[in-house]
Amino acid sequence: MNMRHRNSAWLIALTVFGSAGYLLLADCDPRLLEIVGLSLFVSLSALCIGTLLGLPLGAWLAVSRFPGRTALVVALNALMGLPSVVVGVLVYLALSRSGPLGSFGLLYSPTAMVIAQSALVLPLIAAVARQIIEDAWQEYAPEFSLIGIGRLHAVGLLLADCRFSLTVATLAGLGRAMSEVGAVMIVGGNIEGYTRVMTTAIALETSKGDLALSILLGCVLMTIILGLNVIAHALRTWASRRYG
Amino acid sequence: MAHRFRSLILVLGLLLGAAQAGETLLVASTTSTEQSGLFGWLLPKFEQATGIKVRVVAVGTGQALDIGRRGDADALLVHDHAAEESFVAEGFGSYRKDVMYNDFVLIGPRSDAAGVRAAANASSALRAIARSGLPFVSRGDRSGTHTAELRLWKDSGVDPKTLAGYKETGSGMGPTLNMAAATGAYTLSDRATWFAFRNRRDLDVLRAGDPLLFNPYGVIPVNRARHPHVKKEAAERFAQWLTAPTGQQAIASFRADGQQVFFPNAKK
Amino acid sequence: MFPLRISGLCCQPNGRIVLDGLDLELSGEGISVILGANGSGKTLLLRLLAGLLPADGGTIRWGGAARPDGRLAMVFQQPMMLRLSVHANVEFALHPQGLSAAERNARTNHVLARVGLAHRAGDCARLLSGGERQRLALARAWAMRPRLLLLDEPTASLDPSATEAVERIIREIRTDGAKILMSTHNLGQATRLADDVVFLADGRVQEHESAQRFFARPQSAAARAFMQGELPWRIAFDH
Repeated sequence: MNMRHRNSAWLIALTVFGSAGYLLLADCDPRLLEIVGLSLFVSLSALCIGTLLGLPLGAWLAVSRFPGRTALVVALNALMGLPSVVVGVLVYLALSRSGPLGSFGLLYSPTAMVIAQSALVLPLIAAVARQIIEDAWQEYAPEFSLIGIGRLHAVGLLLADCRFSLTVATLAGLGRAMSEVGAVMIVGGNIEGYTRVMTTAIALETSKGDLALSILLGCVLMTIILGLNVIAHALRTWASRRYG
Repeated sequence: MAHRFRSLILVLGLLLGAAQAGETLLVASTTSTEQSGLFGWLLPKFEQATGIKVRVVAVGTGQALDIGRRGDADALLVHDHAAEESFVAEGFGSYRKDVMYNDFVLIGPRSDAAGVRAAANASSALRAIARSGLPFVSRGDRSGTHTAELRLWKDSGVDPKTLAGYKETGSGMGPTLNMAAATGAYTLSDRATWFAFRNRRDLDVLRAGDPLLFNPYGVIPVNRARHPHVKKEAAERFAQWLTAPTGQQAIASFRADGQQVFFPNAKK
Repeated sequence: MFPLRISGLCCQPNGRIVLDGLDLELSGEGISVILGANGSGKTLLLRLLAGLLPADGGTIRWGGAARPDGRLAMVFQQPMMLRLSVHANVEFALHPQGLSAAERNARTNHVLARVGLAHRAGDCARLLSGGERQRLALARAWAMRPRLLLLDEPTASLDPSATEAVERIIREIRTDGAKILMSTHNLGQATRLADDVVFLADGRVQEHESAQRFFARPQSAAARAFMQGELPWRIAFDH
């Protein structure tokens, strides 16, 4: 399959989902736009935090050697499968008025959702980044050690060197954040006009028995995720042509 | 990088600020009130009258009481009279006021092979279901509906746990109704959720209006003595508005699927 | 740091004996070329000198000391190309030397000009051709101003003109005062560059002679056989 065919496949998929999404957006009340906006805000914020912390963490783990490191790597990989409800409950207990961070009054707010989703995507991004960077590190380690590159400098260089492969880690995080419902439902409370996002709205419509609306909302969500991936893919293609 | 981080903090800060600006009230309530659309009908009127914005977390009554116990809500609107009384007695709520009632309805396949329609009352209807061996789905989630259902089984003298066809969904009313619709099972629902429910398939109301199926809702402001941060004044205004004539009229005028599903019953 | 004395060096990576009691002494000037068949341990010897792996026996003394007191650089057969600009691929290697940003920049520009890559300073290193990559790797090593430069098959897969450019750079680095120890397959390159030749076979140095004498008449039987195998090609190239 050549590049042009692949591109047209993307385009067709985008058109199909896009038009379904457009019909709904054009038809439905503006509250839907608010929900879509909040979904994007929460998930992209969590993604920023998860990426800013997860990439350096993964890179550091890739180049460090200390007792217990293997156990930590295995644990981190296992955390990729961390159930979102578990994160939801833990963050709920922490942010609840009766919990350790209760005095901030963050429960049932978009901030709580960002915190929960950050906790969810951080291990995922760190684990994927660790693998990618460790592979590069094994290739570069002899030259780095001869030149005398320190650990911190190596982390920076490897992050820069692997930046295109690392978009996969970020995209995996984005997919996880946008699609999860367990954590945001628990810590956000699915409050209309305040903490209702795409996934919790879908869950709500399903429980109301309005399956058609659920599917339509699902299409909108798919379109958004697909759109973000198309953008990321295009950026990556452009960048790898530019930077090799 | 540092710049990006700073703007992120800025955005989060704005968000925090937005969350605290203006008076907002957090009410933990049940899925029945939220999903039937009652809150969508009442809250704009309340906000117009008082300027207080209400945010509703809709969960089962058991969980709503738990949220109140932890101090994560300012007021509750729930339907499990006994549990509500003990919530207030334990000091978590300032007081409880009757707001409205609706009733539970026994839902099942139109063919009604168990003969629920012909039964003398609700508890003998449950006995009929038990005898028939037909499936019955239960919420199983400590919600008001769930405790009402358990009370009904106790009345009927049948231990539902012994029935082969008895399934606990462990989820809200909607998912439970979806399951009943998909498997042709009997279930107990509150009237409001049922009338707002869209995926009915072959299900229908088989019994309604039974005194045993009475379902009262109460409002409770969370006690400031327990949780100093709760918005006492706003919560009490909410309770007062709901039980005052304006609120009661608003409840009476609400329609789900063309039907009145909640009946105001605040004491004068 | 010099003379570099290696005695009884043994190494058996993965259980296979490659170096088996190797003795060698190198002075601090000129270009020493290591010749030997595939698998004779040329690369392994360079890596041992670079300290990238431990020996299984024997000693390496740097002017009497256990560690080199001058800077050491190495260019690998497949040099590392970070997905960064050509300029950045040189500049990062100067960080550990504690130079100021201005000095790092000046040195980088200087070596890039000397290897003929100044016009590509802003391009991504991964987009360079094989010859350009090798020149960039040499520039990186050169910028570090090493006392000893180890080169592992620096022209292994290059065409003649790229090979010539690399050889010119190697001579210039020697002129700058670095000792160069390089391995190669290319006998023609050895005749062009070598001041002295180290011939490896059976895990030992079979012969260490000045280039003139080695190419005039190798002393060891193994070296003669090696030369004969390569000779027809060498004549064709030289004429």
